[in-house]
Amino acid sequence: MIDFSAKPILELKNVHKTFGPKQVLRGVDLAVAPGQSLVIIGGSGTGKSVTIKSALGLMTPEQGEIRFDGELVSNRKTLDTLRRRTGMLFQGGALFDSLAVWENVAFALIYRDGVGRGEARKRAIENLAKVRLPASAADLRTAELSGGMQKRVALARAIIATPDLIFFDEPTTGLDPITADAVNNLIVEQVKALGAAAVTITHDMASVRKIADEVAMLHEGRIIWRGPVSALDNSGNAHIDQFVHGRAEGPIQPAI
Amino acid sequence: MTASPAPAQTPKAKSHIEDSLILRPFRLIGRTVLGGFREIGRIASFSGRVLIAAVTPVIYLREVLRQCLKIGYYSLPVVGLTAVFIGAALALNIYTGGSRFNAEQFVPAIVVLGITRELGPVLAGLMLAGRVSAGIAAEIGAMRVTEQIDALLTLSAKPERYLYAPRVIAGILTMPLLVLVANIIGVLGGWLVAVGALEFNGSLYIRNTLSFVTANDIWSGLIKAAVFGGIISLMGCYQGDRSKGGAGGVGRAATLAVVGAAVLILASNYILTSIFVRVGL
Repeated sequence: MIDFSAKPILELKNVHKTFGPKQVLRGVDLAVAPGQSLVIIGGSGTGKSVTIKSALGLMTPEQGEIRFDGELVSNRKTLDTLRRRTGMLFQGGALFDSLAVWENVAFALIYRDGVGRGEARKRAIENLAKVRLPASAADLRTAELSGGMQKRVALARAIIATPDLIFFDEPTTGLDPITADAVNNLIVEQVKALGAAAVTITHDMASVRKIADEVAMLHEGRIIWRGPVSALDNSGNAHIDQFVHGRAEGPIQPAI
Repeated sequence: MTASPAPAQTPKAKSHIEDSLILRPFRLIGRTVLGGFREIGRIASFSGRVLIAAVTPVIYLREVLRQCLKIGYYSLPVVGLTAVFIGAALALNIYTGGSRFNAEQFVPAIVVLGITRELGPVLAGLMLAGRVSAGIAAEIGAMRVTEQIDALLTLSAKPERYLYAPRVIAGILTMPLLVLVANIIGVLGGWLVAVGALEFNGSLYIRNTLSFVTANDIWSGLIKAAVFGGIISLMGCYQGDRSKGGAGGVGRAATLAVVGAAVLILASNYILTSIFVRVGL
């Protein structure tokens, strides 16, 4: 049972981010409770990826504050703590193509935690099994993997250091519906097994319904609606209604 | 139909037009100069961070060795081929020029001097600027646009330490070895032409070469090579790190890396040569 009154593991307050003349985030406020799975939805170019990249310190907002487990993420030390306790699955997988699959999965163990290569390989294979990949995949190059397998390897890499919070950036993009469903199932299973919180951004409503405890909608750089996933179909919000039903007509202008 | 009179320009508008026309070239020059200084500042700051990472722990030896193989070992054929043809052409040119004042006997001395002090390091440097700098820029650029560098950061690995420092260390270590090989092959190219086409005595050619060349000639070339190796890797890493915008951005990074490395090699070659002449190296 998620305790929503507990201190948020991640909190964004009034976060602004601008690229040249374009203001992408215009005051994003967001809190994620420990163990909670929050899915952020929104049209293309509304700042979903910028939001999680700002939360991870990959982009620096011009204004606002980001707290991880109550600590203001403001310097290298707090950023390092945040990164040690979080995992991230990138949209394209972002696997290192110069390394074998097991080296990708065990990267943080070898290069950050100083675990020996033998032990790291063993733990990598254990984590590959958790995402239903055989030990024989461990020595493959990432270019030899299908899109679905790459996402599984990226998931294994995200969970190997038992993070408290995992970010998923469009985890099912580019996958067929069956593989996408399998990846969604793995995400739910692994996040539950770790007892971690999760922040996912996606356009895929099937993913939203499968993964989310709560849903937040980002529109024009602000969170305009937040509620439990069960409230999606009767939110009373025209933006949510248009997005959930995938209609071109409505308050959200198509990004073309 | 009558022509309507042209609207009179107010003094303020006229002065504005004149201002913009007169000032435009200065603005352009100012913007270009400032942009140039900004770029130099960025390169200096990037190089500083990478060089600090290259001389402080932790150094990833496995990565350094992997890069030594890629930068050094795999560049041997291109450096060797360049050197043999340069040595051969140099011998022919010196023979032709020297014969105008009966100085053909200086071919071995001038070939070895030209190759060890100048042509070996500079041409190997330029060849590697094309092969290695572009390769590094394209590889790191592709990592940048596919979010692999972001992934490194989320895994608490600094790109300066994991990606760039091993490449720069490998460039500095392997370039002198490549130039040493280029020197030997270049002299051999000169020897082949001298013996095969110019009727020199083979053993006398080698004896003349060895008696003329000094340790300083070789050292000066090797020091240049180490500096060029650093420049080649740094420019590749810098341009790759700054690339954005997909395949086009990666291609642009590779081009800029080659051009930047080549210009910096030629400029630093002049500076180093001036220093060596001054200190008697």
